[in-house]
Amino acid sequence: MAHSARRDAPELPDFSLLKRLARDQLIYLLEQLPGKKDLFIEADLMSPLDRIANVTMLKQHDVDKLYKVENTPIFSTCDQICFLIRPRIQTVKWIADTVNADKAAGKFRKYKIIFTPQKFYACETVLEEQGIYGDVSTDEWAFYLLPLDDDIISLELPEFFRDNFLEGDQRWVTTGGSALHLLHSLFGPFSKVYGIGRCAKMVYESWREQVEESEQKAQKSEIGNVFLIDRDVDFVTPLCSQVVYEGLVDDIFRIKCGCVEFGPDVTTADKSMKVMLNSQDKVFSEIRNEHFSNVFGFLSQKARNLQTAYDKRRGMDIKQMRTFVSEELKGLKQEHRLLSLHIGASESMMKKKTKQDFQELLKTEHSLLEGFDIRECITYIEEHINRQVSMIDSLRLLCLLSLTENGLLPKDYRSLKTQYLQSYGIEHLLTFANLRQLGLLVEQQPGDALTAMESKVGKLVNDKTAEKLTGAFSSLAKKSNFRALSKKLALVPKTGEEYDLRVPRDMAYVFSGAYIPLSCKLIEQVLERDGWTGLEEVTRMLNGNEFVVTASHSGADARFKTDSQRIILVMFLGGCSYSEISALRFLGREKGYKFIVLTTAIINSARLMEAMLDNHV
Amino acid sequence: MMRSKPDEDDYWNSSKCRAFTFDDDYDELSSLKESKRAVNSIRQFVVDEDEDEDDMVKVSWSGEPIGSITWSIKETASSTKQEQSFPKIDSGPSLPRQGSGYSLSSLFKAFSEPSTRNFAPELRKPKSEYKDYVSDWSPEETVKRMQRGKFCSLETFRSLKDKMQLLDQAVCANDGNVITAVCTHVFLQKYFLQCKLEVLSRELMSRDVALRHYIHYLKEMGEQKLLVELFKSLGRTEDMALLQYREHLSIKDEVRRKEYLKSCISLPFPPDDAGHVQDHYTLLERQIIIEANDKHLENKGQVEVFKKHPRKASILNMPIITTLYYSCLQFPFKLSLTLPSTISEKQYLLTALSARAKLKEWLDVGSLFTTKNWLGYTKKRSPIGFHRVVDILHKNNAPAQVLQEYVCLVEDPNLKISLAQKYKCHDIVIDMYKDQKDRQQLIVYQGKVERGSPEDKKIQDILNNTQIRWKN
Repeated sequence: MAHSARRDAPELPDFSLLKRLARDQLIYLLEQLPGKKDLFIEADLMSPLDRIANVTMLKQHDVDKLYKVENTPIFSTCDQICFLIRPRIQTVKWIADTVNADKAAGKFRKYKIIFTPQKFYACETVLEEQGIYGDVSTDEWAFYLLPLDDDIISLELPEFFRDNFLEGDQRWVTTGGSALHLLHSLFGPFSKVYGIGRCAKMVYESWREQVEESEQKAQKSEIGNVFLIDRDVDFVTPLCSQVVYEGLVDDIFRIKCGCVEFGPDVTTADKSMKVMLNSQDKVFSEIRNEHFSNVFGFLSQKARNLQTAYDKRRGMDIKQMRTFVSEELKGLKQEHRLLSLHIGASESMMKKKTKQDFQELLKTEHSLLEGFDIRECITYIEEHINRQVSMIDSLRLLCLLSLTENGLLPKDYRSLKTQYLQSYGIEHLLTFANLRQLGLLVEQQPGDALTAMESKVGKLVNDKTAEKLTGAFSSLAKKSNFRALSKKLALVPKTGEEYDLRVPRDMAYVFSGAYIPLSCKLIEQVLERDGWTGLEEVTRMLNGNEFVVTASHSGADARFKTDSQRIILVMFLGGCSYSEISALRFLGREKGYKFIVLTTAIINSARLMEAMLDNHV
Repeated sequence: MMRSKPDEDDYWNSSKCRAFTFDDDYDELSSLKESKRAVNSIRQFVVDEDEDEDDMVKVSWSGEPIGSITWSIKETASSTKQEQSFPKIDSGPSLPRQGSGYSLSSLFKAFSEPSTRNFAPELRKPKSEYKDYVSDWSPEETVKRMQRGKFCSLETFRSLKDKMQLLDQAVCANDGNVITAVCTHVFLQKYFLQCKLEVLSRELMSRDVALRHYIHYLKEMGEQKLLVELFKSLGRTEDMALLQYREHLSIKDEVRRKEYLKSCISLPFPPDDAGHVQDHYTLLERQIIIEANDKHLENKGQVEVFKKHPRKASILNMPIITTLYYSCLQFPFKLSLTLPSTISEKQYLLTALSARAKLKEWLDVGSLFTTKNWLGYTKKRSPIGFHRVVDILHKNNAPAQVLQEYVCLVEDPNLKISLAQKYKCHDIVIDMYKDQKDRQQLIVYQGKVERGSPEDKKIQDILNNTQIRWKN
């Protein structure tokens, strides 16, 4: 089951340093507000904070009580309050209300806002507008990078995706550049940077400027190459159902910050349990990248081995027993606990998936990827909608249909949209507008005649009608070209061939052998060719913005350089899925690379779709 | 909805689409179950020997690891709950709105406070920090300084041309935070108020990046009116309409919400969407009537349906299909009349079917599909596949004969036989194999039915029948 790694695969750098740095800086910031203080923490910062600090540490630095930011009046009696928040206007407005309420009640306290990873102009405008600028001191905690595992680092910024791709707000570009800069100064120098996407280019630029302004001290490079990729280069992959163990766990139970909460149905106890899922879990680390259908066999085998190991006790004399208890039992008990947990999880997932007719869903997805039986797929999606099965799943299927078919026929678009609104609520008009804006769900445009006109119209931008026209074009420009790309890059294996999921032959195994993730295939191709040469047609279909840059510096001893060359940092701007991480791990084993995934957040189809919803205030 | 285990196993096996099958091995699941039993049985003696519970990773294993921040916050939360509740603070309007127009000078002064970026010791201070203060910065220098979060005044950019140069420079720098800051300076509110929108929107047309930042900023700040004006002057009427329509979500009172939706109908939507908004209004109008009526009926306690199936939630603001379903629970066949929108036959059927099946009105279910032909014979037909019908009936725990009746109606023989096997409609399976003269399959199937059961006997009789010419 565990694939034998190529023996010469290089070691990964030790990222625990990142945690230490973040922790030290936080302590420093807390000490800037001497004396007792209450600390209010933004809800989605709690888990990341848990990964790097604990209550004892906070208490040592005079934090009295901890609260979650909840947009309700506060209870604190402390005369110093510290807010640890993301730079969000909503939260700052709430803080302003809190401060103003104190003022009105004649209560005087010291306030400090620590923005992480940085503050935004708009947040300070709120402080100014609400008349509390100056009453509140502000600071920045540059906590950019949270290592979730040996090979996964997350910025934990799910809003990056919507802000950047839907709203067109580039506020996180510098953040991305700074994150990269931090890694560069600790584990670099990088010698080569590949990338594709508009945001990737900007992040690269931001990073480059920061490098220019600082001095890199001479050090051995631990990470040689970097690959930057925008999420909108490949929307298809994160919208597919995940069938690799880790991805499936994320789809069903939602892994949050590397941690999952298993309910009583999994733990077979009466309460649920939070479990860290990473390479420290010996059972998990062996099944995380496996296709789900292999997991049963593996777990059964493990269970048998465990039984045998326990059975050894029988017929032992006292001395042997003592050795057994001191040397083996502890390990066995731990393994036993993990094993029963993952068996429970597998069983529960199996049940859930059977209930929702997972087979049929997968079959539809695969047909869409293949471009086969599209009418049948539409009928399936239609019934899915009519029966009011999961709102998110219906939306996801519609997007997959649009992406793979280069948009829906106007007739289908109209009818499916109407039925969707009837089943899930008319306010989803807003959702459809967002999806169209992003190019995830669009109507087919009538042919190439428009494209030819596009350049002409470009010169007439001052004309209002022309502006409207370019609007139409820009959605045209977002054409996904999936079918052509799939053909060019051979993403969908020929039908009829047997695919043995036990012995995967390519990255397609992460989708049952039906599809090689586009994002990962691009990375594979670019690394193989050491650039984009020969991929011109592909990049044209992906709207260009590809680049490759080699550093001018050289030096360092040759042996080390070659090692670091095979360590590749892949930065996903807008998030990546566990299936993509599994695919890259597979690629690494095959080619002797080690991939480090740096992502703005871990996403899956549900999170991606939820980011598009607008039906809450 | 309880499905027995063998059923599930059976389904995974019998499923037709084997191409990318998720799991095709019956043995594996059963062996997994065995493993589970084995592991669970081990547990008992493990627990006996288990004295040091916490030899596991401390932070991660117990439900809420003690000492974790999440845990601690829950503690504070529960301890503060006993305290007295607070007077509610009215947010927004009642608070004094001090503060100036967007004076950036004060803002960026704040950025220049002694830097606390002692983060990575390896990171040296930017070289540019050694420059001193000069008031007349070029657009390029200004943007650079803003990116570093340093003091700089934007007041010197006064002519429209200067402003636009500054804006373009900010866009070139790709820093969204700076773009927003410059935007708010360039498009000072007074410009809007003095109807200079025309001028600005002309400049903005060709500056898409800046425009999107500004729009997002206004959205986040809740500057609804300004946004509407901006969209209007940009000629983006559809965006304007959607923005105004979105407001209905913040209206809690259903009558006011209904009135607001009514006013949305005339917004410049594209024709299709205008129809949807009209539907939205009509739907809520009907729902308000239904809700008032049914609440009354339920309270009087005379309606059978409400006794059997008490209303769990109000019907207000539910989607059309949910409303249809709700109505189908009471009046199965008069429905299309009370609905505002064109519902397809298929949608109606699926919904009515689910509703009647839920009430276990199997006769009603039958009448949904019955049609008479010109000779007066009745026939069952359906706009959705009968395999789907069977599935819905099964999910509503329909009895075996009902299921059998509809399995019979499935046209595709392969699908029919696999469904019959899945739902244990033995007669159908046996008859089909008999018709296909498939002796081998029949023998295999005999192994799956209970020994000595009527099915078993039936198969035996067929197998003993010498009249049949078996194909194998």
